[in-house]
Amino acid sequence: MAIKVEHIDHIYGAGTAFAQYALRDVNFTIEDGEFVGLIGHTGSGKSTLIQHLNGLLRASNGQIYYNGECIYTNDYDMRALRGKVGLVFQYPEHQLFEADVFSDVCFGPKNLGLSKEEIDARAREALGQVGLDESFYRQSPFELSGGQKRRVAIAGVLAMHPEVLILDEPTAGLDPKGRDEILEEISELHRKKGMTIILVSHSMEDIARYASRLLVMNQGEKVFDGTPKEVFRHYRELEAMGLAAPQITYIVHELQERGVGIPQDLTTVEEARDAILQAWKGK
Amino acid sequence: MEMIKASKLIFDYIRRNEEDQIEEVNRAIDGLDAEIGTGDFVAVLGHNGSGKSTFAKHINGILLPTEGTVWISHMDTKDVDRIWDIRKTAGMVFQNPDNQIIGNIVEEDVGFGPENMGVPTEEIWKRVDESLKAVGMTAYRMRSPNKLSGGQKQRVAIAGVMAMRPQCIVLDEPTAMLDPNGRKEVIRTVRELNKREGITVLLITHYMEEVVDADRVIVMDGGKIVMDGTPREIFAQVERLKAYRLDVPQITELAYELKKAGMDLPDGILSREELIEHLVPLISTGV
Amino acid sequence: MLREITLGQYYPVDSLIHRLDPRTKLFGTLVFLVSLFLSRNIWGYLLATAVLTAVIRMSQVPFSYMIKGLKAVVILLLISVSFNLFLTSGEVLARFWIFSVTREGVRMAGFMAVRLIYLILGSTIMTLTTTPNALTDGLEKSLGLLHKIGVPVHEISMMMSIALRFIPILVEETDKIMKAQMARGADFESGNLIQRVKAMVPLLVPLFISAFRRATDLAMAMEARCYRGGEGRTKMKPLHYSGRDHVAYGLMLTYLSGIVILRYL
Repeated sequence: MAIKVEHIDHIYGAGTAFAQYALRDVNFTIEDGEFVGLIGHTGSGKSTLIQHLNGLLRASNGQIYYNGECIYTNDYDMRALRGKVGLVFQYPEHQLFEADVFSDVCFGPKNLGLSKEEIDARAREALGQVGLDESFYRQSPFELSGGQKRRVAIAGVLAMHPEVLILDEPTAGLDPKGRDEILEEISELHRKKGMTIILVSHSMEDIARYASRLLVMNQGEKVFDGTPKEVFRHYRELEAMGLAAPQITYIVHELQERGVGIPQDLTTVEEARDAILQAWKGK
Repeated sequence: MEMIKASKLIFDYIRRNEEDQIEEVNRAIDGLDAEIGTGDFVAVLGHNGSGKSTFAKHINGILLPTEGTVWISHMDTKDVDRIWDIRKTAGMVFQNPDNQIIGNIVEEDVGFGPENMGVPTEEIWKRVDESLKAVGMTAYRMRSPNKLSGGQKQRVAIAGVMAMRPQCIVLDEPTAMLDPNGRKEVIRTVRELNKREGITVLLITHYMEEVVDADRVIVMDGGKIVMDGTPREIFAQVERLKAYRLDVPQITELAYELKKAGMDLPDGILSREELIEHLVPLISTGV
Repeated sequence: MLREITLGQYYPVDSLIHRLDPRTKLFGTLVFLVSLFLSRNIWGYLLATAVLTAVIRMSQVPFSYMIKGLKAVVILLLISVSFNLFLTSGEVLARFWIFSVTREGVRMAGFMAVRLIYLILGSTIMTLTTTPNALTDGLEKSLGLLHKIGVPVHEISMMMSIALRFIPILVEETDKIMKAQMARGADFESGNLIQRVKAMVPLLVPLFISAFRRATDLAMAMEARCYRGGEGRTKMKPLHYSGRDHVAYGLMLTYLSGIVILRYL
């Protein structure tokens, strides 16, 4: 049990006539080692929600527990929490500030008060994890390509050795190649290091490929929570919320309606291909 | 008649050191030839660094060729005296919606271009009304741009260009920073302007779903045009697109995979309906 | 907190005040500010209150919305009031520790508080009822004389207008970068002065870079839309004085004379 969110509300302008619920009675538990996809259209509350998980925003009501400890108790070490729950914001390259790549990645571990050797070791490891070799260490982060800058920024969070990594649309604005590289690196962190991942994304196709569980936010409330297959079964409701299911889901449903006997709940190209070929050869 | 013509276009980004000596030359466009017809909806695809944005910036003279020539409606972009005519003819919409809106009120921003062109006041109002209507933003005319969604901001930017009465609009990755709904909103608007007003559109993007409706698709790589054809012709070549580090819509990819496994499907399937229509008889007969 | 400052945020309704020429409103604001400093007694302030109330009512901007702008200056208000309250000499009313409150001090503090609040309300009405562009246009036109002696009036007003447009964007961006650095363990709240200044580097560097990037983009977008300075530009909303502006000027002069007369009561 890594993160437990209990009945949290987040109200802007509480107590005034303009009070607005950004989050309303949100509940869930995320277990160690899960890969969770978080979806919702712009303004659904998903960005507000993830900022609660590392204590950047405080819930108006409700509790959040990290490894069983309530993070709202007075002597809770919020900075230590931010080291354990790493948050990569949207367009994280906008936070780079150091003269070279290596120093920028060192910023996080330095704030944790580690020894020089440890800081160095962590920065090297983190840069390796995002696929940047030593030739990049002394380059200015501002002269790299968009995809490389973003990887430096992600390394900056990884160097803090988080147990949970939250990424807010890590692929926004990247081209397909940049997108695939970053998603692969994230997936590797999950598979090899057992890191818990929470991925916020607008791309249902990416979510379907990587996440084992899906949380759907709409108007500040959690509306669905389940495996991608379970959630995408509600594609009509998702559409009403301004979301969609992966293209493949629609094909599979339409084929079924036309009397083709293939299993429901297919979300990726590979699954659909195999199922269609089976139905075809079965004749 | 062609709206845009580029001949043997070369463009180098030159980096100089403090002593003004050339430190690094980066060839972004390498001998590009292109002709784009009046009224066409042309999509330009390519990964980052393929030269597609650099090409876009040549069309209204923001960048000038290192070698070769670009003509807009027969005006040479290097002709200093005609630069304002060129910018009037080819309007531009950029990637970041926040960084191209000048006005503090939507309608004032839309009026910015005509004001610069010295259009009389009454005519400005007429153009602002029409442009806002054309992009469906009339209801928001008195709003602050900061209170709009990304898609709405881009529509305001498009209206701002429309108010200059261009013959051609170049959109440089207008949807890269938007969510899926905003993306659809912008593409639908552009598509309508092309159909209804006959405006030539050059859409630079790396989202494949957006080019399915284009009249023509150009793929750029290494500063050159490497593929050029209808969406169907382009999407039939799945392996080649992947080699240029581009995506293929899931529908097209599924059709391609099924065809590779032996199913008798046509090349370059683009829509869901099309795939279903072909699949159902094949599966039910088993051929 | 920064986002709650209403100063400079246009409130879109169509009222008589909104329709006045921005130059009239600029001049009116000036007259009102001058009148606050001319008033020496309760009668002057009563007249100012009456006029302010009337203008606020006519502007159709909800009063509650208007006073949101006051929140940001509460501290300034408290400081200046306490200065006046404790540091004016005269007939002593109360005394504690080293402070003494005098009759004159109470009077001065009261006037000072009213003066400051009215000052802010007065200028807020102008910015609430005038779009930033109209405001800068008004300034540009009012300062037209300066243009003749070589002051780049158009450029200055264009810069102001762009600044107004980008302030909310940069405020939001500051908030975002701050949070992103806090997520990397940065601490903006503790430590001594030097540590705090040093802690600002990871905030300010990205902010400057972003501002420069936006400036470059914006310059390109403006050029693409044929911007080439003030020469040969026409106006979408040219400034014309109409009948109501003349009436407004008349009322302003009457008001100012009233204030001057009341001063000698």
